[in-house]
Amino acid sequence: MLNDWQPTATIETLRQRARCLAEIRAFFAERGVLEVETPLLGHAGSTDLHLDSLSLTATTPAGRERLWLQTSPEFHMKRLLAAGSGPIFQLARSFRDGEVGQRHNLEFTMLEWYRPGFSLTDLIDETEALIRLLLPDAGPRRLRRYREPFREHLGIDPFTTPLDELRRLTSEHGNLDMADSPRDDCLDLLMSLVIEPTLGHGSIDVIVDYPASQAALARRRYDPEDGTEVAARFETYVQGLELANGYDELTDGAEQAARFAADNAEREKAGKPLVDVDMRLVAALNAGMPEGSGVALGVDRLIQLALGKRSVAEVMAFATAIC
Amino acid sequence: MANYSTNEFKAGLKVMLDGDPCNIVENEFVKPGKGQAFNRVKLRNLITGRVWERTFKSGESLEGADVLDLEMEYLYNDGDMWYFMRTDGSFEQYPVAKKALGDTEKWLKEQVPYTVTLWNDNVISVSPPNFIELEVVETDPGLKGDTAQGGSKPATLSSGAVVKVPLFINQGEVLKVDTRSGEYVSRA
Repeated sequence: MLNDWQPTATIETLRQRARCLAEIRAFFAERGVLEVETPLLGHAGSTDLHLDSLSLTATTPAGRERLWLQTSPEFHMKRLLAAGSGPIFQLARSFRDGEVGQRHNLEFTMLEWYRPGFSLTDLIDETEALIRLLLPDAGPRRLRRYREPFREHLGIDPFTTPLDELRRLTSEHGNLDMADSPRDDCLDLLMSLVIEPTLGHGSIDVIVDYPASQAALARRRYDPEDGTEVAARFETYVQGLELANGYDELTDGAEQAARFAADNAEREKAGKPLVDVDMRLVAALNAGMPEGSGVALGVDRLIQLALGKRSVAEVMAFATAIC
Repeated sequence: MANYSTNEFKAGLKVMLDGDPCNIVENEFVKPGKGQAFNRVKLRNLITGRVWERTFKSGESLEGADVLDLEMEYLYNDGDMWYFMRTDGSFEQYPVAKKALGDTEKWLKEQVPYTVTLWNDNVISVSPPNFIELEVVETDPGLKGDTAQGGSKPATLSSGAVVKVPLFINQGEVLKVDTRSGEYVSRA
């Protein structure tokens, strides 16, 4: 007999979780943002080099097909935007293979919302308001450019420091060999190990102006100060946890198709399986998606912080280990 | 031995690192939402006992270490090697060098079962049971009636360990001792 049938969250925690979700829904209802539900399965997956999608084979109207469990509801929601939905939000189950730990679970709840006509700054404000709803004592907001904490904590500029120097610094901080690693891997490691733990203590820290190479589905633009190309995205951190990741959304279908292809080329080079590309999203962008901003927020982490828990498992009915 | 990829890492897994067998003590998955994933891992070197902290890129792998924990009774020593015997009925004996014995040397008693760790069939460490009963071979005379108050004195046990004991303990008494802290628990 197995004796680990009990939930990973207490029943009282699940009651509090339900209240948090109700508050989130009320927040968007008040602002006229429509709640939607989109499929967990899709004909395409995320091509992002650092996301591992799960797929399965199922019988569909077209026969036996491979379908992908969505790593976020982004593609389907953008198709709704292009179809004229106006502002929408979703509390969506999302799946990412291999992501297991204190702050990760194989499947988790993503709060994702899109605001046609919003600038990135507008959406940073709204994300802050949403976070304050559950964390009223989070402290003031600090807006910082990606390069600032690197300068402060590591004495380097992530955009201009030579790759050799970055590799040396990263190897030293992580106690591993990064001699062959690309620039972004070095920056990701320094961000995770050195900078992230310092963010969001007594404040809501928002990081903007990421390297253009880390744009994912965000627009790229030129920094007005020194002309460096940066990604128009932000991330919000509280208590050392990355909570939200927002983009000034790419609306150019051709550029989107090119990024999908580039991602799959990177995947092939890294020996990772290729992922079916979402040509319906490309078609939707070509038909015209309204300009605007969108953000994805890890609800389990936000609730974890709101309830003062140590891991996401403690706010989930059944974490993957015992699902 | 098999290779283990970072996604198979978990506490208790035995792997090779820098040529030494190690036990994974802690494994933490670290990843920026859209970025390279890493595992921050604490490993105990099973030969030196030292704890290493390393970071691995997701997808890297380590060779498994052929490490086995067996229960064995202590038999005797010949001044050069210490001899232990398996308790599984095979009566197989293993010689243990002083270096592998380490601190456990001061907790040795015949016929007590120890956890003996083998790597490639060689003994690399020996752990005593958490509690062991040993006789006091030397201590200052006990103070009659002083059974409650604090105050302690050193006592040498039959295994060679020196522990702090209450003042009322006498030579020849058998004591229960916690080998992890080296502290007196009670009279046996």
